[in-house]
Amino acid sequence: MDESVIEVKDFRKTYGDFVAVDGISFDVQQGEIFGLLGPNGAGKTSTLESLEGLRAPDGGTLRVAGIDPTREPRKLRNLIGVQLQSAGLPESITPDEAIKFFCAYHSVAPRFDLLERLGLNEKRKAQFYELSAGQQRRLALALAVAHNPSVLFLDEPTAGLDVASRVELHGLMRELQATGATIILATHDMAEAEEMSDRVAILLKGKLATIGTPMEITATGVGLTKVSVRTGASSLAAPGLTFPAVRQELWKDGYSIYFSTDIGPTVSAIIAHIETQEDTLIDLRVERPSLEDRFLEITRTESGTTGGAR
Amino acid sequence: MSAFVHHFSFEFRTGIRNKTLLLMNYLLPLGFYLMMGFVMPAINPPFLESLVPAMVVFAVLVATLLGIPDPLVNARETGIFRSYKINGVPASSILTIPALTTVLHLVIVTVIIIASAPLLFDAPLPENWLSFGLVFVALAIACSGLGVLIGVISSNTRMTVLWSQLVFIPSMLLGGLMIPYSMLPDAVAKISQLLPATQAMNAFNGLAMGKEADFAPWGSVILLLSSGVLALVLALYLFSWDSRNTTRRAHPVLGLLALVPYAAGIVLLA
Repeated sequence: MDESVIEVKDFRKTYGDFVAVDGISFDVQQGEIFGLLGPNGAGKTSTLESLEGLRAPDGGTLRVAGIDPTREPRKLRNLIGVQLQSAGLPESITPDEAIKFFCAYHSVAPRFDLLERLGLNEKRKAQFYELSAGQQRRLALALAVAHNPSVLFLDEPTAGLDVASRVELHGLMRELQATGATIILATHDMAEAEEMSDRVAILLKGKLATIGTPMEITATGVGLTKVSVRTGASSLAAPGLTFPAVRQELWKDGYSIYFSTDIGPTVSAIIAHIETQEDTLIDLRVERPSLEDRFLEITRTESGTTGGAR
Repeated sequence: MSAFVHHFSFEFRTGIRNKTLLLMNYLLPLGFYLMMGFVMPAINPPFLESLVPAMVVFAVLVATLLGIPDPLVNARETGIFRSYKINGVPASSILTIPALTTVLHLVIVTVIIIASAPLLFDAPLPENWLSFGLVFVALAIACSGLGVLIGVISSNTRMTVLWSQLVFIPSMLLGGLMIPYSMLPDAVAKISQLLPATQAMNAFNGLAMGKEADFAPWGSVILLLSSGVLALVLALYLFSWDSRNTTRRAHPVLGLLALVPYAAGIVLLA
């Protein structure tokens, strides 16, 4: 994972006077799953669509597998797979026809196996409008990966999917990643981004708010780590008992719960206290702030200002 | 099979599966034909002589002017063009394949009309089949070109209806389907030469049906072909992948150039 497949440098996109993306830079390495996050209007779609060659940038440079998407769109077609937010398929097309149609334009044999894999085998002859929202998204995904693209753009891929389909999709993403494919994942689902992404970038009002691994991003916040402890006796219930770095504590369902700014000293002190009181540790759980907590923290910091992108 | 063949095959099936297209391609033309065949000869007996060409022209007008533009605009607005662009479907295929499949549906409808008109209504058939086929092809190219061009320049589906009706309604009234060209006032007759229907009826009468043309029939064929090709070229030039149809090479008013051959015909064809 040391070769940049996607390079975004000082990228800027405007619509009239409105600045949708304001000079962002990042790159994505080969084989990475890269999460692109941000509230509505942050500039995610403008960035994705420019990388896909659907929009021309107003400044900066974009490269996908070394190709300028605006100047060499034809070269780009067989290298990238795209699942758009809206499926972009005719209402009367059947999954069978869609697979034949798109595979033919990519000059590859029809991948009917994907229909079976994504649970669409029984709907192969149904027209697109007869499919459920989840089935439509699965078909769009099948079409996006049917020609084995080396770069895959997924825009809200699991929206409307049931749990089983979502697990299947994540499995497919991992398989593609294992073959060296690079995946750009735009999603509002923070749990999905945290679970699937090697790195994430958070866009806010057209600017890059932060970038890094989910662990790095969650670690840089001011969010408190939750420590839940259950003991055999009531050694933690003593009045006036405090531990280092604890900002808040409460008692719930037999657990003493502490919110700490520095997990190491807090946990060490709790365990030492339990031992000195000759109590028994039954359960100890540590929950770091999630990506969602960090995302909300970042977006709240920016609240009070207005604006949005397409 | 090539991508073009898959695309063509899908579009052709859509012309039957989609209820609106089924109406435009088959039900309305054939229903109108049956109604006119049973009613009009009783009111106006000479109409029977032009029943076949008139109903073929009507079928072409409905399927192309009313049937082609709306699906194009819908496809653009719902992001289907964007999906096509990403997957390498060329603009030329997006525009020509619906036109070609519509022509194939029209061939079927025309065969039904030709086969049934003598049996049901004792209507005369063309005397020159080759010329009939040639005029049909020229008319189909002219009208499908216009249909595609309307789909490309329309900003939304409401505008599509407006542009389509701007050609369709005058064609019905002045195109020689109901009222012969020779019965129109001179000024109106000249204006009607701007319509593909007028040129087609003139060419059908003069070249295929054994009747006298009102003006140079081969000129009408040339005008239909040149306008159709010009409309397709303009459609390709003005085509936009953008779902909002805001970015294009030139102003949509350029599409009016497709009518230039007909305007020239008013001057050149006597």
